[in-house]
Amino acid sequence: MAAATHEPIGHGEGGGAIQPYAIVAEFHDADAIVAAAAKARDEGYRHLDAYTPFPVHGLEDALHFSDPRIKWTIGICGFLGAIIGFSLQFFVSAVDYPMNVGGRPMVSWPSFVPVTFECTVLLASFGAVIGMLAFNGLPRPHHPIFETPRFELASQTSFFLAVEATDPKFDRQATVAFLEGLGAYKVSEVTYNPEDEVY
Amino acid sequence: MAVQEKLNISDPAELLTGEQSYSSLDHEIGDIVLDQKRHQMRWWLIVGAAFLLVNVMLMSIGYLLYMGIGIWGNNQPVGWGFDIINFVWWIGIGHAGTLISAILLLMRQQWRNSINRFAEAMTLFAVMCAGLYPLLHTGRPWVAYWLFPYPNILGMWPQFRSPLIWDVFAVSTYITVSALFWFVGLIPDFATLRDRSKPMWLKKLWGILAMGWRGSVKHWHRYEAAYLILAGLSTPLVLSVHSIVSLDFAVSIVPGWNVTIFPPYFVAGAVFAGFAMVLTLAIPIRKWYKLENLITPTHLDWCAKVMLATGTIVFYGYVMEVFYAWYSGNPYELFLKENRMGGPYAWAFWSLWICNGLMILPLWIPKVRKNLVALMIISQFVSVGMWLERFVIIPMSLHRDYLPSSWGMYYPTIWDFGMFFGTIGFFVFMMFLFIRFLPMINIFEMKDLLLRKEHDGHKNGAAHAAPAMGGGKGGE
Repeated sequence: MAAATHEPIGHGEGGGAIQPYAIVAEFHDADAIVAAAAKARDEGYRHLDAYTPFPVHGLEDALHFSDPRIKWTIGICGFLGAIIGFSLQFFVSAVDYPMNVGGRPMVSWPSFVPVTFECTVLLASFGAVIGMLAFNGLPRPHHPIFETPRFELASQTSFFLAVEATDPKFDRQATVAFLEGLGAYKVSEVTYNPEDEVY
Repeated sequence: MAVQEKLNISDPAELLTGEQSYSSLDHEIGDIVLDQKRHQMRWWLIVGAAFLLVNVMLMSIGYLLYMGIGIWGNNQPVGWGFDIINFVWWIGIGHAGTLISAILLLMRQQWRNSINRFAEAMTLFAVMCAGLYPLLHTGRPWVAYWLFPYPNILGMWPQFRSPLIWDVFAVSTYITVSALFWFVGLIPDFATLRDRSKPMWLKKLWGILAMGWRGSVKHWHRYEAAYLILAGLSTPLVLSVHSIVSLDFAVSIVPGWNVTIFPPYFVAGAVFAGFAMVLTLAIPIRKWYKLENLITPTHLDWCAKVMLATGTIVFYGYVMEVFYAWYSGNPYELFLKENRMGGPYAWAFWSLWICNGLMILPLWIPKVRKNLVALMIISQFVSVGMWLERFVIIPMSLHRDYLPSSWGMYYPTIWDFGMFFGTIGFFVFMMFLFIRFLPMINIFEMKDLLLRKEHDGHKNGAAHAAPAMGGGKGGE
């Protein structure tokens, strides 16, 4: 079972062509997948993804992946929270319902700090969680990668490296041979029918 | 790198013992949820007893809603009684969870990995208990939304210069952010449970909760960024929450309340009480569910050290309270101290000093910190002590303030006790439901810890460092 299947790619039940999605290699060691990812990158593959049961450090560097959007999203949300929190208190205490407490100024800003701070944290936290899910494209119940044999181990004990079919260097035979050369436990070809993917 | 390694006191070898592999971790933690036969009669006994207390709580609330808060012991001059004592007590207990999950994450303390999920759940349930008290103390909880600023036909707004409205914002933000933090931590573990469970309906249930998590490096990258920033947000948040709770008192002019030491002293007290509760729950549960290899004596030792450190800060606060009463020369402050030490509630004051001052002293001895029975007993003293602290601060300051003509006594009623023990039952009930139906230890973080442990083993043993890790490992 070490080699990929090479049946001609046919047609799905609902019509529509079945296309290759990726060639996926399974590893049993976190260090091995980092090394493999680096080698695949050196070989010239660009559309790579790795699936691991826990965050393996060094893997995103090996794949040259970085997404600063999440940090910006959180920052902007926090900033919005601060503005909303402070303007709410400003509007309430100085404009709409001014109340003179011991001759203090209407905009007694030091006493507005706690609520401004809480609003900042609240919106930034929602930004973090919703932003993380949105950029990751979640919730998404099904994904072609789930068709990989033994993929249920990706959340348990195994580390998967995928060379996606969209990669310019993707070639069914050559990629399979390359991944097998990296010492993968098992290499499989994953196909999907784009019409079945509803998201 | 050398400095980082020195600073990183966590030695993974001590934090994860026994022969472990990724699948043994899945089995040890995940199967507590998936293999329901692992829960013995003991679970039912505890949940049953706790459920009885939940009913006591529901009855107390029901009767309170029917009669009004006159059934409680609060009255002039003591307007804040059990309701506020228990509010502060519960919210303090919750703070250890955030400390473990957020502050220790920022400090790269790997020992948090085994106890953070559990402690975060504790936070969530403790804050639920805490929130009940001010909600019911309003007397008409069905109009509790009046606490929030919203445009209304009364043309009224909350007073933003009052610490009480800060409290509304702080506590509601705290519970929301704690829940988010907890849920985000659970998503990868939901995926593990989805992939491990056999029946289709169960797979679907975990699948819905995991939201299609597939552990892609892209997912993890954003996930870690979001999680770290959430921790960075929770850290000042938890400090602000108890500081604001303390300002409810410190901003007023009641003797014994109007002091600047309150915010740090309250925060330290919160962490102190919280770690006592972590130990109270962790010691029996690690034994019952055979998690001794994951929650090791080293963890308990360090929890005890945090408890000792914060307890010492709290006790310093007690001593300072006596000092500034004398140093201020203010007769009302001086009288308050005399009243605390020799007045009608002197028993509470001296019990407090014994529980939080004397009883934690054995923790200086390393052997005591490794002795589970001793830790369990000391934790109980701390929980009682921290409850007494709030009793000493709240009713004892109120019952005799400036005007002797308005002095009085505070007598809690059976309904006060009903609510108090009821919320304890609710807390235990929720904790045990959590243990049975959700993974109580963070599975993916334990796997990370295991990898670190293996790398350390390589470095020390075969003198061969892990290949191609790009310096990404270690304590940075």
